[in-house]
Amino acid sequence: MSIDAPAKVIPQARKITTKPRVSDQIFRAIVTGFSFSALVILALIAAFLLLKGFSTLRDQGFGFITNFEWNVTLDESGKEIADFGLQAMLVGTMVISLIAVVIAVPLSVLTALFLTFYAPERVKRILVTIVDLMAAFPSILYGLWGLFILMPMAVYWAELLHKWLGWIPLFDVPQPVFTRSPFIAGLVLAVMIIPIITSVSREVFAQTPLDRVQAAYALGATKWGVIKAVVLPFGANGVVGGSMLGLGRAFGETVAVYFVLNIVFRSNFEILFSQGGNVASMIVLKFGEAGETEIGALMASGLVLFLLTLVVNFIANAVVNRTVKSGR
Amino acid sequence: MTTTDTKPTRPWAASPRDRALTASSVLLSLAITVGIVLGTPMKGKLAYFFVFLITWLIVDSLYVVRKFGAKGVRDALAAKITLYGAVVVSMAVFSILWATVDEGVAGLNLAFVTENMRNASFFDPIGKGGVLHAIIGTLVLIIISIIIAVPMGILTALYLTEIKGKAAGLIQFLVQAMSGVPSVVAGLFIYAAIILNTPLRASAFLGGLALSILMIPTVTRTAQEVLNLVPRDLREAGLAMGATQWKTVALVVLPAARSGLITATILGVARIAGETAPLLFTVGVFDGYNFNPFVGGTGTLPTVIWAGLGAGTPEAAQRAWSAILILLIVVLIMFVLARTVGSRQFKKK
Repeated sequence: MSIDAPAKVIPQARKITTKPRVSDQIFRAIVTGFSFSALVILALIAAFLLLKGFSTLRDQGFGFITNFEWNVTLDESGKEIADFGLQAMLVGTMVISLIAVVIAVPLSVLTALFLTFYAPERVKRILVTIVDLMAAFPSILYGLWGLFILMPMAVYWAELLHKWLGWIPLFDVPQPVFTRSPFIAGLVLAVMIIPIITSVSREVFAQTPLDRVQAAYALGATKWGVIKAVVLPFGANGVVGGSMLGLGRAFGETVAVYFVLNIVFRSNFEILFSQGGNVASMIVLKFGEAGETEIGALMASGLVLFLLTLVVNFIANAVVNRTVKSGR
Repeated sequence: MTTTDTKPTRPWAASPRDRALTASSVLLSLAITVGIVLGTPMKGKLAYFFVFLITWLIVDSLYVVRKFGAKGVRDALAAKITLYGAVVVSMAVFSILWATVDEGVAGLNLAFVTENMRNASFFDPIGKGGVLHAIIGTLVLIIISIIIAVPMGILTALYLTEIKGKAAGLIQFLVQAMSGVPSVVAGLFIYAAIILNTPLRASAFLGGLALSILMIPTVTRTAQEVLNLVPRDLREAGLAMGATQWKTVALVVLPAARSGLITATILGVARIAGETAPLLFTVGVFDGYNFNPFVGGTGTLPTVIWAGLGAGTPEAAQRAWSAILILLIVVLIMFVLARTVGSRQFKKK
């Protein structure tokens, strides 16, 4: 009995490596490359607006931010004298955005609280749809609605405010002209930023630690007691962040504001009076008949607006991300 | 042995007495409201509505304070005031929807959706000329934006969910920042970078480029969310079967997230369909059909609405309202599609 057992063949040990295959390397390179598109686009926007607006920024210097004249005139020799200042527009943008935030934040927080704690399931689903729908409305629709539907009502509210609170300088007017005022523009913007503030607040409120909520109930708190003692302190940061996201949205809004605001190059703090400013709308307003020099100034304005919204958004996102850990 | 059936009691349910009290508080508030509105120079339905809200708040609190005391009143007040917040927000939405339908329907007719404005002007009576060219223009813009923005958005989302490279935090932050770029800046950028520097002039293609800038962040964020929902097991199973990472992504992860990615695309389209400001700089004007996206201006729904409002006559305003009704219908269809497609993926889970 001598059957030779077949010689045992021991396969070579497989080389173990974590190095991806060539196909994977290509895949990873492509995906990584494209993922930097956000960085590239943001950088390109800043670069080109700076390039085209550079001459204006150089000529006007710091006055571009602090002056409020905006005109191009020809002197005797036919040379252009340009005066570009954004002060009135920047102040106007701040004023109407602040009005919008002041109106929108309470409404949004109330809606978010109602959605999270009070609404029955059916109502909740409908209301969430309504708020999402609001975010999907085109801004020109808000403009049209603001101009034809809201304005007649808002003028009446403005008259009431002026009549009863006119002794406060904020609600005073030099002449009784109430149409196309910062107040009305702020109202329209408020409606536009309600969805974003509501959805951020709702997300934050929904993340309130359940054990704390239940502990509060166990101690005999009413629903309002729970909200006041647990939910609002926990969610305050998120609400602030959401409001700033709304503020950033309001800064950049163009078309809706264009229809409901009378743009005048004068810093106006009397919010009920028909005079206001807005950087984005001004760009659209002046673009039509702008010559070469003025185009440069508009580009510089665009750069200022871009940087302003970028900073506000950065801060807002940082605040929201710290509160909401999920992938917003 | 006899057993006694105990009826389950519901001590929290409203007793007839409670219901009568609620009804009486509502009626009392109504009566006071009518009295206040008639007795003061206030006018209009809104006045009735708001005065009623406030009176009911006070009257009902008086009822509650008798039964539950000060703590109960604060609770009841909070419940009512949050409800009021939600009601005011919904009222704004319904007002917008109602206004659009109410004002827009008058100008709708067959010609409005089957003709262009080549042989008509904004000042002609309604019934002459239409906005088909603008509908087509908007569709062309949407298609161009989808072609550019969807691949970029999904690839960025893949980087954030599949590769999770070192720069993921930075990219996430930049995408969030990008979603805050004002639409007017996107238009200005394309104007500064392309129209001022190259022989290319205003066209649908440039409009699509500007809209893509606004669409990419929306697509990225939604795509990222749905890719995160794909179970890890699927990825690991793919890798364990010996597939390379790219095959796992292409053959397992992306198909699993398909309906979610479609939702991401639709949400992106809904975001840009009505954008006006960037188009004012980039698409130019044209009253007829233009099927060449690279040369010559294009009419789009937003720019037609814009022009109609600028023209200032009642006919032009009517055209603007009707055009925005069509635009709103487009957006609503997108919205419903996104919800149904999106919910399908969640049901499968």
